[in-house]
Amino acid sequence: MSEQKRDFSNARSILATDCGSTTTKAILIELVDGEYRQTFRGEAPTTVEAPFEDVTRGVLNSVLEVEELARTRNDNRRILNGEEIITPQDGDSGVDIYISTSSAGGGLQMMVAGVVKSMTGESAERAALGAGAIVMDVLASNDGRLPHEKISRIRQLRPDMILLSGGIDGGTVSHVVELAEILHAANPKPRLGMSYKLPVIYAGNKEAKQTIWETLGSVTDLKIVDNIRPVLERENLQPSRDEIHELFMEHVMAQAPGYKKLMSWTDAPIMPTPGAVGAIIQTVAKLMDISVVGVDIGGATTDMFSVFDGIFNRTVSANLGMSYSVCNVLAEASLPNVLRWVPMEMDETELMNRIGNKMIRPTTIPQAMEELKIEQAIAREALRLSFVQHKQFAVGLKGVQKERTISDAFDQSGSGETLVDMMNLDLMVGSGGVLSHAPRRHQSARMMIDAFLPEGITQLAVDSIFMMPHLGVLSTVHEKAATEVFTKDCLIYLGSCIAPVGPIKPGKKMLDISLTFADGKTETHELMQGDMFSIQVAYEEPVKAVLKPAKGLDIGAGKAQEITTELQGGLVGLIFDGRGRQPFVLPEDPTTRVAKLQEWSLATAEYPETETAAE
Amino acid sequence: MAHAYTPGLKVLKESKVQKTRLLPLKGTVHANKGQQVSPATIVASTALPGNVQMVNVAGMLNTDPDDVLDIMLKKPGDVIEKNEALAQSKGIFGLFKSTLPCPVTGTLESISEITGQVVLREAPIPVEVDGYITGEVIEELPQEGVVVETTGVFIQGIFGIGGERQGEIVTIVDDPSSEITGDLLKEEYKGKILIGGSFISLAAFQKAMKIGVAGIIVGGFNYQDLKPILGYDLGVAITGGENIPTALIVTEGFGQINIASRTFELLKSHEGKVASINGATQIRAGVIRPEVIIPLTKEQQQGVDQAIDAAGGITNGSLVRVIRAPWFGVLGTVKSLPPELCHMESGTLVRVAEVTLPSGEVVLLPRANLEMVETD
Repeated sequence: MSEQKRDFSNARSILATDCGSTTTKAILIELVDGEYRQTFRGEAPTTVEAPFEDVTRGVLNSVLEVEELARTRNDNRRILNGEEIITPQDGDSGVDIYISTSSAGGGLQMMVAGVVKSMTGESAERAALGAGAIVMDVLASNDGRLPHEKISRIRQLRPDMILLSGGIDGGTVSHVVELAEILHAANPKPRLGMSYKLPVIYAGNKEAKQTIWETLGSVTDLKIVDNIRPVLERENLQPSRDEIHELFMEHVMAQAPGYKKLMSWTDAPIMPTPGAVGAIIQTVAKLMDISVVGVDIGGATTDMFSVFDGIFNRTVSANLGMSYSVCNVLAEASLPNVLRWVPMEMDETELMNRIGNKMIRPTTIPQAMEELKIEQAIAREALRLSFVQHKQFAVGLKGVQKERTISDAFDQSGSGETLVDMMNLDLMVGSGGVLSHAPRRHQSARMMIDAFLPEGITQLAVDSIFMMPHLGVLSTVHEKAATEVFTKDCLIYLGSCIAPVGPIKPGKKMLDISLTFADGKTETHELMQGDMFSIQVAYEEPVKAVLKPAKGLDIGAGKAQEITTELQGGLVGLIFDGRGRQPFVLPEDPTTRVAKLQEWSLATAEYPETETAAE
Repeated sequence: MAHAYTPGLKVLKESKVQKTRLLPLKGTVHANKGQQVSPATIVASTALPGNVQMVNVAGMLNTDPDDVLDIMLKKPGDVIEKNEALAQSKGIFGLFKSTLPCPVTGTLESISEITGQVVLREAPIPVEVDGYITGEVIEELPQEGVVVETTGVFIQGIFGIGGERQGEIVTIVDDPSSEITGDLLKEEYKGKILIGGSFISLAAFQKAMKIGVAGIIVGGFNYQDLKPILGYDLGVAITGGENIPTALIVTEGFGQINIASRTFELLKSHEGKVASINGATQIRAGVIRPEVIIPLTKEQQQGVDQAIDAAGGITNGSLVRVIRAPWFGVLGTVKSLPPELCHMESGTLVRVAEVTLPSGEVVLLPRANLEMVETD
């Protein structure tokens, strides 16, 4: 099936699956009244491991659930013929496109290498992350480790593949060859499958190609692509990313049980799940001409994506998650940082034990309200730390000489500044269990606001049922269907956060707000420092707003500059956040902090019990 | 009848237990099918490739990389001793030559004319795999290892630290709710496996390590006490490689939680027998839980061995353990499994089970917060 190139532009139905580490999720997209809509969804446990050891079993089970649901509407609807997906659609039978993503078996785990850690090393890391990989380590000539330390690290980690870069074209040869010699000496074995050679992609100085070939050609499955950093001023990541996807299919996927069969079913190459999420975020940012930050918080890892000024970046925080690695969030954030979000008094030992128990019993669900609050406090820190890592990584190219004018004399910003500009961020999309399945959407909004601290006016949304991976791979074969479903069915708009930026004394007025609603009704409000409140506004009925920040504060147009704009609502509405940005400060005294947290909770309808208490 | 799949920890009085004993790399298998082995029997061995050292000869002798071949005193494949001359510079007019001594004993693997680096490989590192339990080799895995089978008690814990240990079982508390305190730990417990009740404090565990206790099995432990033992914050539950004298197996979870009575009584009934335990835990795909195995001789076996239908999941009447607050650690019996989703106090909409607690109270709990107690 995948051998044939078919025209998908007139597709009537699309079946997409995502084979996750634990669950395989299937969605059906159909042409309804001339537009593509997601109609049914099914899920089943992933079957990569014993006793099944065949990923297609879980795929078929999830598709069967979709088929059963589809038949509640049309009894003749069929997708499966025994153990086969029917393609193309013929009447009520089959689908026109079948596609899939996968992160089963731990996803794609890579090591990358470059000569200078902050230059070619970082470019290689960006290429690998953008392709959907987890980067286990970055080797560099200047990383401070001795050769034998690097060798033992390679042996110990056993990556799925290695991306070797280094040197601009015409630059250093010896350093990049030295890295190749280290790889040769380590003679690394791939993680899966003992019988094949480890795939290595060389994307460095073209002058070194021949020597690299002589060094690594016989011991690894070496692929040579164009230099990732041909000149200091420019990255060329796409050839490396394409080769990573190619090798992911050829080697890594082919080793996983049942994938050969699955690959023969799909109409487009199977993409690593995070690579697919990145693809849909890029597509949407491009089509809507907006800047986007996306996050997918899972049990073990948190993926972050951003598009600013058309530049895409992805990072994965491999050990920041809500179950398997929840204790690592505690370790990295430190206990006081988790505790600052817990809206009740709590014994520290007790809190740590509860978090520890979540790690060792990762599939449990918060039954009591107190447990939910603790989980959401940790989620804030996991998201915050992931975002810190993302901002540090999503930077302009380092090592680039900048032309400066006299006006830059007082603004000596170097190369390598973060591209993440919170004031210019248009849309923030949250995904993953703790955000997508929070009992109240208000909780998702609050977690994102507290963790990311959006500045000025920022629209918030969550992925309703985690279909971004499906839509990402779909965007590679049918962009129109992917974006239609993304905006209509995938995203649940929560509303907008309005947060003035700048220092101000406690209790002072931050913002004058005049709102004109769709029905012509008008309201005025004042946002005081330390306060937070929400106003219900539906997504379909944006309000006209005039926002006038106090002296020294900025809401998007500059200090003390008034703006007239339209504010987008959603299930939560508008959240005005007067807790401050740059600086954002929480009360240090525990009693005051808990009281404030409860007050903000009530003002944003976060937890039902605080409402009851207030009544 | 409705049922739900909720994997649980095994607490089996008598069961066939198979352990696969594998080498990290291919090597030689020493035990044969049908052979009786003990924990100390070496069943397979191999040699891991030695460490690699890279020596920047060109840099150290101040010469160009492409001249390195000319100044080398050894060639690839040569065996070289530590401090033996590896290379010698040409000097000036044949005088003032500098000699580079070899930093390690090993084999010269390669010389690079591009970087001027020389690769030396140290001697292989021998690795042996032992039998771990007393039992019979039921399968040979050529060049890789063996499968050893025994019949005995098999108990899984929820979390552990420390690797494989063997020792005689000694119960040092009176009941499942008692804590192991420092004063209960005596020098004579060196090399023993101690059974406790609800808890062991950091100070008591440190005393046990000092004495050289082989292992401790207990209901609960404080999460924050792991750091002083391990030397780092345990962020992800992957353990087993810790270099500590005493393995710890926690059967219930973090905090002070009574060890399940059944587990306690079962262990206590085998007082004085030698157990093999392993604290290694891995909570991700391919879950590994810590374990206690007490091999039983033919005479000790009572033939209660039954196939446990683990895949059957919980049904009405199943014995379950609650594994999350507010009823954490409590055992109950499933009264019914309502098909409809229910709202919990937290607002979460979940699939539930009606569970009768020991007090007779019937509570509605998320199925995800129940663990089937697999017993025989």
